[in-house]
Amino acid sequence: MTAVAAELPARRESVAARVARIVLKAPLNLLLMAVGLLWLVPTIGLFITSILPASIAEQSGWWKIFSKPSIATWSNYDALLHDSGLLSALKTTAYIAVGNTVAVVVIGAMAGYALAWLEFPGRDWVLVGVIGLLVVPLQMALIPMFSLYDKLHIFDTVLSIILFHVAFGLPFAVFLLRNFFVGIPKDILESARIDGASEFWIFLRLMLPLGLPAIASLAIFQFLWTWNDLIVALTFGQNTQPITVWIFGQLREFGTSIDVIAPASFISLVVPLAVFFAFQRYFVQGLLAGSVK
Amino acid sequence: MPGAGITAEPPAAAAPPPPREPGLAGRYLAGAIFLAPALVLLTVWMVYPAIYTIVRSFYGQSGFGHFVGFDNYKQLFVPFSISQNLLLKSIRNNIIWVAVVPALVTALGLIFAVLTERVRWSVAFKTAVFLPMAISAFATGVTWRIMYQQDPTQGAVNALGRSVVDAVHSPGVLPSAFPSTPKLVSKGGGLVLKTPLHAGGVALLGVTGIAPADVPTSAAQAVDPKPQPGSIVGVVWRDFKPGGGVPGKIEKQELGLPGVTVDLRSSDGKVVGKTTSDANGSFVFKNVGAGTFQSEIGSQTFRKPWGGVSWLGPKLITPSLLIAYIWIWAGFAMVVIGAGLAAMPRDVLEAARTDGATEFQVFRRVTVPLLAPVLSVVFITMIINVLKVFDLIVSLAPESTQNDASVIALAMWRTSFGGQNNFGVGSAIAVFLFVLVIPVLALNIRRFKTEAT
Repeated sequence: MTAVAAELPARRESVAARVARIVLKAPLNLLLMAVGLLWLVPTIGLFITSILPASIAEQSGWWKIFSKPSIATWSNYDALLHDSGLLSALKTTAYIAVGNTVAVVVIGAMAGYALAWLEFPGRDWVLVGVIGLLVVPLQMALIPMFSLYDKLHIFDTVLSIILFHVAFGLPFAVFLLRNFFVGIPKDILESARIDGASEFWIFLRLMLPLGLPAIASLAIFQFLWTWNDLIVALTFGQNTQPITVWIFGQLREFGTSIDVIAPASFISLVVPLAVFFAFQRYFVQGLLAGSVK
Repeated sequence: MPGAGITAEPPAAAAPPPPREPGLAGRYLAGAIFLAPALVLLTVWMVYPAIYTIVRSFYGQSGFGHFVGFDNYKQLFVPFSISQNLLLKSIRNNIIWVAVVPALVTALGLIFAVLTERVRWSVAFKTAVFLPMAISAFATGVTWRIMYQQDPTQGAVNALGRSVVDAVHSPGVLPSAFPSTPKLVSKGGGLVLKTPLHAGGVALLGVTGIAPADVPTSAAQAVDPKPQPGSIVGVVWRDFKPGGGVPGKIEKQELGLPGVTVDLRSSDGKVVGKTTSDANGSFVFKNVGAGTFQSEIGSQTFRKPWGGVSWLGPKLITPSLLIAYIWIWAGFAMVVIGAGLAAMPRDVLEAARTDGATEFQVFRRVTVPLLAPVLSVVFITMIINVLKVFDLIVSLAPESTQNDASVIALAMWRTSFGGQNNFGVGSAIAVFLFVLVIPVLALNIRRFKTEAT
């Protein structure tokens, strides 16, 4: 009896509390919904613009589709996916992004391991140097490398663009991975060394598997960074055009080329978005490791 | 854990080389081999170019044969030199960027991080706000350029603005109309019929220049008004039919214009009557009495709809860019600050709450001070990022306003590769940019050294 009596008012109160909570939180929820929507609208707008026929996109806003959904068409995408210029730009972008990511991960992990676990004179100085290079603006290297690439006849090649990216990706990579490797318990390494494992064996079989979370973060960062790059490719490429540079070439006639610019821009951001959604956790981890530590 | 499997496995099974005493030389060699690729890349692509750029900045456009001392740097700061317009503007804009963006991004990130902790769908919110971080600044520029189009029928920002402005200040029925005969003259935004009117008179107010699509749907065939004793009658009509028609004459296929405000003024200019035209454009002022009158189509009839703000024009381009940039980076600040918030000791907050502090007091006196290290990291990171902004400006600002939108990083590129090809001044701008980040560089190294000890 007493238990039931005690339970009833409690339950009623919890319902009331719940209602009160929902009512009290309504303004906050509405505010955050509005903000969230505000953050989504531009991207949605780009997508809708990309599926409008040129004649409509040139003179009305994308929201027209809500009153007349039948105007939507895939023809812009269809035309673009038959455009050899865009297709080769996409291929170039993929080469640059994948090539850079693999190179930065491998070279960065090797250097990170050396700076974390190998002992040699001047190690701390190298590390300080790497940290110093973290914030050097890439503008400092554009002119010299432009001249050097020209002299070496590797100007306007995928390789020259990749190497530039790799170098400027390395300070962050080395810093991030070194910090991660330092945190691996020392006895795992020591026992492997006592057992006579070579440093290469330790690196390949211990460090890389154990460092996987950090490596994943780094790889995602590097991939997005190079996929999205404009300035490096614009400087060192003329016929070697990744997608950003290809779209850049269309910008002069923004109004009349919108049926090309909008879908091409959307194509350019589909891959980063997919990577972002698939590996969001690692992306955030890398962000935190890079900024908080 | 992958590590567990590996340590449990006897290394002998993987056939490693026999145990050895790694000599000093061997250890150094391993270190050298592991470091070599990174060191080569960093030296050739970062250290050598940095030195080259510094040296190059003291030579003229033609190359190393032409030493000019600090002349290239003077171009940056001394007015009335060749490229001063672009460079001074760029520096001014960069100051605006640094003054506005890091503070706003940090503040927004803090607010979002604190508020999302209180809702159940925080993951969805965080994803939405964080999403722009994955998109290239270049594509973001394209995205916002679509948003910023000036014509409110094209640009979403101005469309929103128009719906607000027009709700307060509704546009006229005939924004584009003009008189069909010289008898109607424009005065104070309205159209006045020059012919004086008396009781029993007729006012023919013909206008033209109205696109068929803009004719009100309720419009009916205009009819010649019949004079009424004691009253003034009239008609407002679209004095145009396919083929043209005779100006000033009401003909078949010419429609009356409904909803138009017509004023009647006495000879001293006072408004003595006000009416609105019917579906066939006719109107009547009853019992006007003696005297001379003038009729007039009120100015509100011709009020133009709001034309939109020129977001991409020279005056507003920098604020427009700032908004788009904050849109990109707010998610970054929110996530980093959110992580700091999650790591904060909850009992301190609870203690403050039980002591009777309001939520705002807890926020100001406890949360913010405890988060100060994280906030400063976000703030400093944003200063560095802001100094590098380039892609967004290139894609968002139309060519005609890129001078007005320029920042140091963009000026460096345009001076060096955008046609001028002045590597001397370009190098000087790059060095200037580098000097700006040196305090952060020093801060990073100092922080690392204190952590290491």
